[in-house]
Amino acid sequence: MPNDQQSMGGGGGDTAASAGSRRPLLELKGISKRFGAVQALTEVDFEVDLGEVVALVGDNGAGKTTLIKCVAGTHQPDAGTIYFDGREVKIQTPSDATRLGIETVYQDLALCDNLDVVANMYLGRERLEPADVGFLAELEMEKASLDVLRGLNVTTIGSVRTKVAALSGGQRQSVAISRAVMWNSRILLLDEPTAALGVAQTEQVHALIKRLREQGLGVVVISHNIQEVFEVSDRIVVLRLGRLVATFRQQETTPEDVVAAIVGARREAA
Amino acid sequence: MAAGLSEQTPLDEAVPKGGLAGAGRALASAGLQRLRQGELGSLPVIVGLIIIWGYFESQQGVYLSARNLSNLVLQIASTGAVAIGIVMVLLLGEIDLSVGSVAGLCSAILGVLIVNTGWPWWAAIIVILFTGAAVGAFQGAWFAVVGVPSFVVTLAGFLGWQGVQLRVLGSTGTVNVFEPHIGAIAQSYLPDYWGWIIGVGAAGGYALTVLTEQARRRRAGLPAPPIVVAFFRIAVVAVIAVASVEILNSFSGVPTAGVILLGLVIFFSVVMTRTKFGRYVFAVGGNAEAARRAGINVVRIRIAVFALAGVMAAIGGLIFVSRLTAASTQTGAGTFLLEAIAAAVIGGTSLFGGRGSVWSALLGALVIGSVANGLDLLAQPPEIKYMVEGAILGAAVTVDAVSRRGRAAAGRG
Repeated sequence: MPNDQQSMGGGGGDTAASAGSRRPLLELKGISKRFGAVQALTEVDFEVDLGEVVALVGDNGAGKTTLIKCVAGTHQPDAGTIYFDGREVKIQTPSDATRLGIETVYQDLALCDNLDVVANMYLGRERLEPADVGFLAELEMEKASLDVLRGLNVTTIGSVRTKVAALSGGQRQSVAISRAVMWNSRILLLDEPTAALGVAQTEQVHALIKRLREQGLGVVVISHNIQEVFEVSDRIVVLRLGRLVATFRQQETTPEDVVAAIVGARREAA
Repeated sequence: MAAGLSEQTPLDEAVPKGGLAGAGRALASAGLQRLRQGELGSLPVIVGLIIIWGYFESQQGVYLSARNLSNLVLQIASTGAVAIGIVMVLLLGEIDLSVGSVAGLCSAILGVLIVNTGWPWWAAIIVILFTGAAVGAFQGAWFAVVGVPSFVVTLAGFLGWQGVQLRVLGSTGTVNVFEPHIGAIAQSYLPDYWGWIIGVGAAGGYALTVLTEQARRRRAGLPAPPIVVAFFRIAVVAVIAVASVEILNSFSGVPTAGVILLGLVIFFSVVMTRTKFGRYVFAVGGNAEAARRAGINVVRIRIAVFALAGVMAAIGGLIFVSRLTAASTQTGAGTFLLEAIAAAVIGGTSLFGGRGSVWSALLGALVIGSVANGLDLLAQPPEIKYMVEGAILGAAVTVDAVSRRGRAAAGRG
C-alpha cells in the first residue's frame, strides 16, 4: 500500500554510527568495483539508517554513482558485503533492491512525458478493478496518488491528471521521488536531485527530502552542491578516487573542511 | 493541498451557476482549457471533414446523398481496419510499412484456401488471422529483439510479403471469391430495426459510461468535469448516431462492414485507454527506457503490437476481398498502405509516438475516403487524387510536427 510508512526510526540527526546497540539498516563493508583498467571503488565502507539523510560527495569520477548503483542492483561489486537489516544480502538486479525497499531516483527521472502524474506514479504496478475483465482502477490510483503527494506536502501540482510534460523540473522531481517512496520503501537513493533546478524548485525538493526523513526513511543524496549538502544532510561522506576519505557530522564541520576533503587537500579519519 | 488542487482545476470550478449562460460558460471554459494545453483532440479533423463535405456537396449535389454516404462507409472499412493497427504501432513510436503487403498476402491465402482447396470460409478466416499475427510478431521480434529499426524491417516485409502474395496467387494472378459468407461482410446491409438497435445501443452505452464515470468521480471526492460538458458530449454522440442510422437506413440500411469497423474501433479504443496493455503501449511510446525501468517487458509489448497490426491487416484484406469478390495481385498494393498510414496521422495520432487515439483511424479514414470519393464523383483522374491526398497527408504531418514543437517550447516535452 502506498503511503504506508509510519514514523519509524528516530528524529533527524540520530545517526547509526552513534547508535551502537543496533546495526544500521543498510551497511556496506569493503566494497570494491573495477571497470577494466579503472578501479572505481576501493574497499568502501558505507552505511545509512532509517531517519537520516546522508550526503555522498566527491569530485567527478570519485565513484559516487558507482556506489549507488552497487546498492541499487545495477552493478555487482567485485568484493565486499552488503548487510540489510543485519543480514547479509546479495543485490543482483534492480528488482532485488526494490524487494528490500531500496528505491533509486536517477538524474533523468525516468518519467513518461506523455502520461499523466497518476499513470507515472503507478507505472509498471497498476492496480486493476476487482471482479472485472482487467480494467485499470483509475479512481483508486488517482485517490492514492493524491494521498501520497499530500502526505509528502507536494502541493504545487495542480491536478494529478496533468501530463508530466506540462510540469516544471521541480514538480517532475517531486513526482519521481514520491513514486519511489510510495511502495513501502525504506532507503531512497537520489542522484543529484536538484542539479537542473532553479532556486524555488530546489527549495521544494529540499523540503521533500526533509519530509522523507521525518517519515523515517533513510535517504542518500549525491550532490555537487556544498550548500545543499549542509542544508539537507545529517552526515556527509566524501569519496575521492574511489576511496572513502572522510565522514563528517553535519553540525560539527564546515564547508571548507568538506571541500578540502573532496579535493584532497587534507585528510580526516573516516 | 486541497486549495492548491481545486485552484488549478478550472474544470471543477466551472460548475454552472444555473441557466443557459452558466452552461455556455462552462462549455467555453472547458474548450479553452483544452485549447491552451494544445490538446485539441479530434476537433481539427472534424472541422476539416465538414469543410470537405461542404465543398464536394456544393460541387456535385449527390455527394451527401444516402447512397453515396453508404458507399463511402464501404470504401473506408478496409483502410480503417488497417489504420487501427497503424495507430497502435505509431503510439509505440514505430512504423509498419508492411501492412499493405500483409493484407494482400492474407487476401491471397483466403482466396486460394476457399476457392482452390475448398476450405470452409470460417477456417480460412481463422488461418489468415493467425497468418497476420504470425507475420506481425515475426517482424516485431526482428525489430524488438534483434534491434533492426522497424522502418527497415517492415520495408523488407513490404517487398517480401508482396512476393509471397504473388507466389500464393500463382500464374493467374486473380482468384474470384464468390463465397456468400465472405461476400456478406462488405456487401450486406443490416435490416432497418437492427440499425436502430445498434445506433441507439451505442449512444446509450456511451451515455451510461460517461454518466457512471461522472458519478463515481464525485462519490470518490475527485474533481469531475461539469455535468453540462458530459451532457454536451452525450448529445453530440447521440445526434451523430441517430443521423447516421437514419441516413443509411434511407438507402439500404447500415452496412455490415461499417458496424464491424466501428466495433473494432471501440474495442481497441477501450483496450488502449483502459487496460494495462494499452497503458504500457503509451509508456513505451513515450519513454521506452522509463518503461523498462518500471519493470515493463518492452520487448513483449512491441512484439504484441506488431502482431496486432498484422491481425488488423488480415482483417483489412478480408474486407477488401469481400467487397471486390476477388483476391488479386493488386489487393493491398498501390496506395492502400499509404492511405492507412495517412488515415492514422490525419486522424491526429502523432508520428513521434505516445500521443493519439484509436478513433483517429476512423476519422482519418473518413477524411481520406471522403476526398477520394468526392474526386471520383467529379471524375477527376488518378493524378489529381494522388496530389490532393499527398497534400492532405503533408498538412497533417506538418500540424503534428508544429504542435510537437509548440509543446516543447512550452516545456511540455
